[in-house]
Amino acid sequence: MKVKVLSRNPDDYIRETKLDIQRVPRNYDPTLHPFEVAREYTRALNATKLERVFAKPFLASLDGHRDGVNCLAKHTTSLSTLLSGSCDGEVKVWNLSKRECVRTLQAHEGFVRGMVVRFCGTSFFTIGDDKTIKQWKMETPGYGEEEEPLHTILGKTVFTGLDHHQKEGVFATCGQQVDIWDEQRSSPIRSFTWGVDSFSSVSFNPVETELLGSCASDRSIVLYDMRESAPLKKVTNDMDYMDVIMTMRSNTLCWNPMEAYYFTCANEDYNLYTYDMRYLEKPLVVHMDHVSAVLDVDYSPTGQEFVSASFDKTIRIFPKDAGHSREVYHTKRMQHVICIKWSADSKYILSGSDEMNIRLWKANAAEKLGVLAPREREAANYSQKLKEKFQNHPQIRRIARHRHLPKSIYHQTKELRVMKDARRRKEMNVRKHSKPGAVPVVSEKEKHVVTVVK
Amino acid sequence: MSSRHKHHQTYTTKMASPDESTVNVSHVGRKKKAPSRYWQELQQEKDEAKDAGAGEGNKEPTTEEAEESKTPKQKKRKFKEKQDQNQDKKCISGKSDPFPGKARIPEDRLQKFKRKEKIKKPPHQHYKLRTMIARSEEASEMAQKQAARFDLLLPEEAGFLEGDEGEDTCLVSQEDIANAVDITSGAKHFNLKLSQFGPYRIDYSKTGRHLVIGGRKGHVACIDWQSKHLMCEINVMESVNDVKWLHSESMYAVAQKKWLYVYDSNGIELHCIRKFNDVLRMQFLPYHFLLATASATSFLQYLDVSVGKEVVAINTKTGRLDVMCQNPQNAIIHLGHPNGTVTLWSPNQKEALVKMLCHQGAVRSVAVEKNGTYMVTSGMDKKLKVYDIRAFKPLKSYFLPAGASCLSLSQRGLLSAATGDIVQVYRDVWSTPVTKPYMAHRVRGTVWGLHFCPFEDVLGVGHQDGFTSMLVPGAGEPNFDALDANPFRSAKQRQEWEVKALLEKIQPELISLDPTELGHVDRATFEQKHEDRVKALGFDPLAKVKFIPKFKKKGRSSAGRVEKRKKQVAHEDQRDIIRKAMEDKRKTEEERKNKEQKKTLLSSQKSALDRFKK
Repeated sequence: MKVKVLSRNPDDYIRETKLDIQRVPRNYDPTLHPFEVAREYTRALNATKLERVFAKPFLASLDGHRDGVNCLAKHTTSLSTLLSGSCDGEVKVWNLSKRECVRTLQAHEGFVRGMVVRFCGTSFFTIGDDKTIKQWKMETPGYGEEEEPLHTILGKTVFTGLDHHQKEGVFATCGQQVDIWDEQRSSPIRSFTWGVDSFSSVSFNPVETELLGSCASDRSIVLYDMRESAPLKKVTNDMDYMDVIMTMRSNTLCWNPMEAYYFTCANEDYNLYTYDMRYLEKPLVVHMDHVSAVLDVDYSPTGQEFVSASFDKTIRIFPKDAGHSREVYHTKRMQHVICIKWSADSKYILSGSDEMNIRLWKANAAEKLGVLAPREREAANYSQKLKEKFQNHPQIRRIARHRHLPKSIYHQTKELRVMKDARRRKEMNVRKHSKPGAVPVVSEKEKHVVTVVK
Repeated sequence: MSSRHKHHQTYTTKMASPDESTVNVSHVGRKKKAPSRYWQELQQEKDEAKDAGAGEGNKEPTTEEAEESKTPKQKKRKFKEKQDQNQDKKCISGKSDPFPGKARIPEDRLQKFKRKEKIKKPPHQHYKLRTMIARSEEASEMAQKQAARFDLLLPEEAGFLEGDEGEDTCLVSQEDIANAVDITSGAKHFNLKLSQFGPYRIDYSKTGRHLVIGGRKGHVACIDWQSKHLMCEINVMESVNDVKWLHSESMYAVAQKKWLYVYDSNGIELHCIRKFNDVLRMQFLPYHFLLATASATSFLQYLDVSVGKEVVAINTKTGRLDVMCQNPQNAIIHLGHPNGTVTLWSPNQKEALVKMLCHQGAVRSVAVEKNGTYMVTSGMDKKLKVYDIRAFKPLKSYFLPAGASCLSLSQRGLLSAATGDIVQVYRDVWSTPVTKPYMAHRVRGTVWGLHFCPFEDVLGVGHQDGFTSMLVPGAGEPNFDALDANPFRSAKQRQEWEVKALLEKIQPELISLDPTELGHVDRATFEQKHEDRVKALGFDPLAKVKFIPKFKKKGRSSAGRVEKRKKQVAHEDQRDIIRKAMEDKRKTEEERKNKEQKKTLLSSQKSALDRFKK
């Protein structure tokens, strides 16, 4: 007779001393782990619930401005530095890690319209309502020194937007026309005009550095090549279904930093549009969710998401290829959000609003900040994967999508939906009672583009 | 093929081998020979010596020759493989790795961890979905392989019992086995003589460390059976119908004459649940934290032990319910009835999910295998039947002379059946027709409770005269998963496990016949939603876009042509420069020539002073 009976030596399974960690022998045999799917689903559900519990995006409010914050600028080399310009011409430099203002200077009379840090990070430019462009040193002046700009250029008209070239000492401004300036000269080296319209923003392409995009007040987006004298292409946006009294132009334009042939513009018709530079016939994606004009937009450095600031007192985060936002931030006290920036480490969002405050938000509302222990990080990754895996289950989706909205926005969203449905219904009825093909189906993307001019 | 043999080939025959190409093949002629190394020389000499012995004639067709006939693609792949191998083989000592590359994974192990078949790839237009599916399949394949590799490293092996030539294993007595094995294992065979309060029902905890026994006449005891430490012993002064451990060894439920009670491991009564009356049998669903009870009043009730609430009470309308078991794979409760049927129940449906007519007489006992594939039933018609409960098909039918009163299945698929006071253990009842038992043992009274101990080669038998612990080699799963059920866990580990387990408690709504149903694509709902959407929009947003042909002149805009045209344009710029340079060159040349000509012309003219020359 040959016999063997299971006999385990406890020494192999129990830790030797209390200083050791517990032994955890594993066996991944699926039959020892029944209900795999159901248990993972439960974990995913819990993770989603916990995400909503821990979603506390608001980090800090930087107060100090005496008028509404009109523009923000990221420092190009220092993560913790932020510049802000307000409607009374004051510029403040902030230290974000200490959350305090380190320098204040009276840059202009009237609004500070635009601000940009030079690519080297040693100086920055401001433009204001007093028709001047000023270049400032980034360093705080020493004791006894006066706060004076390095250069001041007096322009002919009011400037509304400013951007600096990525590598060269060249910057662009916009106002009545788009001007390209050399840092060394006091007159523009090139001017682009298109009709008699004024421009609201101008932005250099981060990859094809000679390309410029700008938004004009005649509802058009114009792309320029700095090396040529005529604009490349012109898109006209139209919102024929909105109230006619409103202006219907794009306010700002932001290039995708990773795929720089895409850009997104924030429009007055409550939507954002992502275009491919090469095919301007219709936008790639129409991003809807805001219930008032969108004022500013900025991409995350990963190029996967962007954040938008709106007149409806909210900030929304959109995935680059999704039609609806994944996140909405608001507080009771935050008024119309005028400017927005996504920090260069992709973790924070900065917003400047009408009521003189700059707010610091987390880009992922439920993310834990600071250094994570390896096990903590592993658990976070695991739950992230589970959430992804089960994201389309109705229970989980419902919880993950739930956001509290201010009453006014909630009702306005509803109202807009009703209006849209009514319009669609009417169109459907018209189509039903007319000759087949006489009333074609126009997709949402096609609705908003009037024409492309080359 | 050994590397030595290969070296030999490359030197004697002139066949190209990737292995040597780096060493002595140059592109331009055979000018340069790579510096020879001492090990190569040694190798060569050895090979030559060997070659002389073997002779040229009986050389086998080598793999390289065979390769000639293969298609170029195959050859390329082979080439690559070989290169990889050779990279492994290159050792300074000249010795080759006898097991190059990664270790092979046996096919059966891979099969063990296979979750499902590969999905058909969606069409090209859904390119994002395609890549997503490809990526996830890659990940799951990797996980499957890693798990299979890990499986080779598991420390313990299952027990076994083999008889000598002509020796029947069912004749081997428990005492013989206990004497033959080591002392700790031998101590696992014992008898508890409790003749006063029997017969006994028994239950092992999920980890297999703890045992609760409940005597018909009110005696209830908890034992840490391996150390023989008595945790508590009480007499409830009422008849006891069934005992069951709850999720951990700190609580157990006792079905008493009237109500259901919950005690803790010190024997203190925690709850008396008056909603559950006349309970005869109980089952605990560990992942759902549900205690399912079957009563004499034909009610099947579910108690959520984590919150202490009754989940559902189902009137089965089938009379007294005293045969019950659970399917551990999908948490479905199987009930056996006096009319010979077995019914399947979930808490989500008031009616039985399935009714099977299994026996001609009453059903006496039911057991379901760990994988949820097979069900074994025994009836008053003295038959033992095996069913495939995925297809609800009978597989095998055996005749037991006395009929089995109790059945139990072990983790590794051994079946124990009690007929009167004899406990028989069978092996492989579903795959091969069994003629005689694997083991047999006679206890001192009629068997009332039968249970295999998880993760041990032990079968617990509760009977008229107490409790007997039998050694059944090969019954238990040798390797436990400590995060699921750890027999050696400390109090702290148990607490942590309890929190984790409670957090991932599965809701009773998720109990269904197919436990993976939650992971399937819900096509019906999608179709319904899509229909609604089409109705609301007035057109189908997912409809295929009508093909609009591009304006294209035939042959003009083929990719090659376009490329050529582009190149022409690129060359045109260069050509301009070249043309200009040529023009310049030509001009200067001409000028130079003109000058020279003039010079010669000048020189050829005779001056007036020439006549004075001598």
